[in-house]
Amino acid sequence: MAKSQNARLERQKFYSDPILVSMIVVLIVFLSLFILYPLLMLLIDSIYTEGKVTLDVFRRVLSLDRFKRAFTNTLVLGFIVGIASTLIGLLFAYVEVYVKVRTKILEKLFAVVSMLPVVSPPFVLSLSMIMLFGRSGLITRTLLHIYDSNVYGLKGIAIVQTLTFFPVCYLMIKGLLKNIDPSLEEATRDMGATRWKVFTSVTLPLLIPGLGNAFLVTFIESVADFANPMMIGGSYDTLATTIYLQVTGAFDSTGAAAMSVVLLSLTVILFLIQKYYLEQKTAATLTGKASRARMLITDVSVTRPLTIFCIIIAAFVILMYIMVPFGALFTLWGRNYSLSLKWFQYMFKTSGLRAFRDSIVLSLIAAPITALLSMVIAYLVVKRKFKAKGFIEFVSMLAMAVPGTVLGIGYIRGYANGLFRTGIMQGLYGTGLILIIVFVVRSLPTGTRSGISALRQIDKSIEESAYDMGANSLKVFTSVTLPLIKDSFFSGLVTAFVRSITAISAVILLVTPQYLLITTQINEQAEKGNYGVACAYATVLIVITYGLVLIMNGLIRIFGTSRKTKISE
Amino acid sequence: MGKEKKGVRLDHISKIYQDPKTGKDFYAVQDTTLDIEPGTFVTLLGPSGCGKTTTLRMIAGFESPDEGEIYLGQEAINALTPNKRDTAMVFQSYALLPHYNVYDNVAYGLKIRKLPKAEIRRKVTDILKLVELEGMESRMTNQLSGGQQQRVALARALVLEPGVLLFDEPLSNLDAKLRVTMRTEIRKIQQKVGITAVYVTHDQSEAMSISDKIIIMSKGKVEQVGTPQEVYYRPNSRFVADFIGEANFLDTKVEKVFDDKAQITISGQTMTVNNYIGVKEGEAASLVLRPEAVALSDQGQLPCEVILSTFMGSYQYYHARIGDVIVQITDYNPVNKKIYAVGDKASLAFDTNGVYILP
Repeated sequence: MAKSQNARLERQKFYSDPILVSMIVVLIVFLSLFILYPLLMLLIDSIYTEGKVTLDVFRRVLSLDRFKRAFTNTLVLGFIVGIASTLIGLLFAYVEVYVKVRTKILEKLFAVVSMLPVVSPPFVLSLSMIMLFGRSGLITRTLLHIYDSNVYGLKGIAIVQTLTFFPVCYLMIKGLLKNIDPSLEEATRDMGATRWKVFTSVTLPLLIPGLGNAFLVTFIESVADFANPMMIGGSYDTLATTIYLQVTGAFDSTGAAAMSVVLLSLTVILFLIQKYYLEQKTAATLTGKASRARMLITDVSVTRPLTIFCIIIAAFVILMYIMVPFGALFTLWGRNYSLSLKWFQYMFKTSGLRAFRDSIVLSLIAAPITALLSMVIAYLVVKRKFKAKGFIEFVSMLAMAVPGTVLGIGYIRGYANGLFRTGIMQGLYGTGLILIIVFVVRSLPTGTRSGISALRQIDKSIEESAYDMGANSLKVFTSVTLPLIKDSFFSGLVTAFVRSITAISAVILLVTPQYLLITTQINEQAEKGNYGVACAYATVLIVITYGLVLIMNGLIRIFGTSRKTKISE
Repeated sequence: MGKEKKGVRLDHISKIYQDPKTGKDFYAVQDTTLDIEPGTFVTLLGPSGCGKTTTLRMIAGFESPDEGEIYLGQEAINALTPNKRDTAMVFQSYALLPHYNVYDNVAYGLKIRKLPKAEIRRKVTDILKLVELEGMESRMTNQLSGGQQQRVALARALVLEPGVLLFDEPLSNLDAKLRVTMRTEIRKIQQKVGITAVYVTHDQSEAMSISDKIIIMSKGKVEQVGTPQEVYYRPNSRFVADFIGEANFLDTKVEKVFDDKAQITISGQTMTVNNYIGVKEGEAASLVLRPEAVALSDQGQLPCEVILSTFMGSYQYYHARIGDVIVQITDYNPVNKKIYAVGDKASLAFDTNGVYILP
């Protein structure tokens, strides 16, 4: 059968829409230049030296004890954090969906706990962990009089990462649990199964792919995390920190490139399993919508231990956040707990104002670009048919699996001497523009994903009708698509801003003295042991981001088309 | 955008899709040639998956044909995108723009054509009057009933004065009563405006009541084109006879042919029936009996046994067995008629001038 005419006509129609074509070209160039090309350079660097293809660099790196240790450390950490986060997330979700909770306070607590890690900079929990349980920790030293407490290392990172990542699992699993039809469980109860039997024979088996999904997502996050291991890792180096040190300490950027390729392969493989296997499976087992409200569990022997456990964890998380402003307000942590504003004053007297200005300005530029780009990508992926669609979808999702550190090294190798070391586009390196680009690339997958799920809700024929009445692609996008997903667009805007202003892993490798960023300042001050100043920065940062999210949710509640839109992770 | 009515011509159109399960290509529409005259109301009718919606979407430009050319009036439109075609479509889901009110929905296409504001206002007001929605201009679409949304969708398409108006199962989301009212209304408006309309449906009574011509499709091919009476009384295939209305088929053999009649033997009885398709002598054929064209009688042509007898109000519904074939019978206005019970021996009575054979 000849399908050539269809292809020819589709092509003709496609090219008669110049705006669409140029948009796609811009996207392809952007994604190739700023996601694919830097990663490609890493690969080239690690197998191509002095004009020939060789595995020497890999051989050298793989034989480094430091690398082997970091590799094992990363995997061990990923497993512990993945399992712990999934379990705690499951517990929280189960309590929320299945258990009758008597207090409104607990519901609020859940909402806050799931929101905090999203809006806070990545290393805030590490900071308060050190302040609570470190050598001069409030709990360890002042309360328990332990003078040699060591919070650094595996247990520190594992606790901090678990508390940071479990809310993501909680949100994912909650969505799944809500999709389980209560009549399934009622039917088994009716056939004589105990509540525990129902959980193990119905609920859990239905959830297994979803739990695997949550585990892998957390595993990838943990493996890619740079800030926490950097701050609280002590001598427990992970791949991300080792790569960073390989560049900044050993000045061995080819070695770092080879290590980056290893880390990248790890996250990409996990990502592919998660995306193309587990996600499908989850969707396949849990397609039904709950037909009716669920009878909540009221049995005290079940509800009491579960809620108490959740309250303890939630209270602990909140305590850690409360420590941050206090860390900035106490005169000298561990010795003098009288309140003073001296750290804030110190912050503003030194580089504070500049850091806030630079961070805010760069993020303010990056956020709208990210939000718009991700909506355009989502639109093209969901609503249009064209050849390069698979490429655009894949690459923008791939960015999710690229650890910030790897991206940072890729930009160094790819742009420090211009494109393919030819000097072309060399001017980009070391500028604010490259920081903005990094911000955009790092937030793009989240925005795109939320855009895609928003667009899938919209009946295809609504846009077709506008098209049919004579609107071209641009007009359809601006007059129909965008207004219909404006909630998703605005929350994407805020998410992009928050992610940009709290980003550290990639930018720490690329920032030049010309720009001061809040996150790098916190990192620097904490490394020096100036926890008061670090906390002062972190406090202001959290106030900015949390305030923005609250305003955002308020605005959406008032003007939004749909009910409250939660900020996407 | 002309007010001129345009015809639509499909010239050997084919559309190939890939079966998502087997990965094999198949014809969704195969070598279809149609000529829709200007100003007529034509319905594409067929079971789901017969290619009727694909055909409509090719005319609108959402799909491109793999073979053949589509003409709108005199113009070949294969390479035009939907926004450049002089067609307007009424969608199954109405596809009203949910963030606009009624007025803005109807004015949308006019604004894109950059008409002067006053003219837009005039046209929108006129068309809303035509579909009986005056005073609803500022309502949001989700404040309208299904029937009203349907009218907005119709107004929105009509106001553009397209060469051809396309309908994609527009009434399938309405309840049964409203469906009947709306189809009469659509027909009335189409005749008032005199526009060419192509209408897709799988509901045969809708097709019968609304169309000048019905195009019956099956498995990607056109089975028959004709007026409602033609396709009902002179179906040219078993598929059409079975799809339009109800039909009983009795196996028989053609003994003799004269003009458009044929002599057949059935259950030992010889009779002369219509043979407009031209089944040849000696060939096997099916005698087609519409349930309302047959009655049970004590002195009918074909002896049978009653195996189901149900009172349906306006008619008595029977199943009668002849050999191993079960014949459905609807006997209208059964009051004062003899009612047969299950197990009764009877015979089928029909007018041989009103029945026909098909190959």
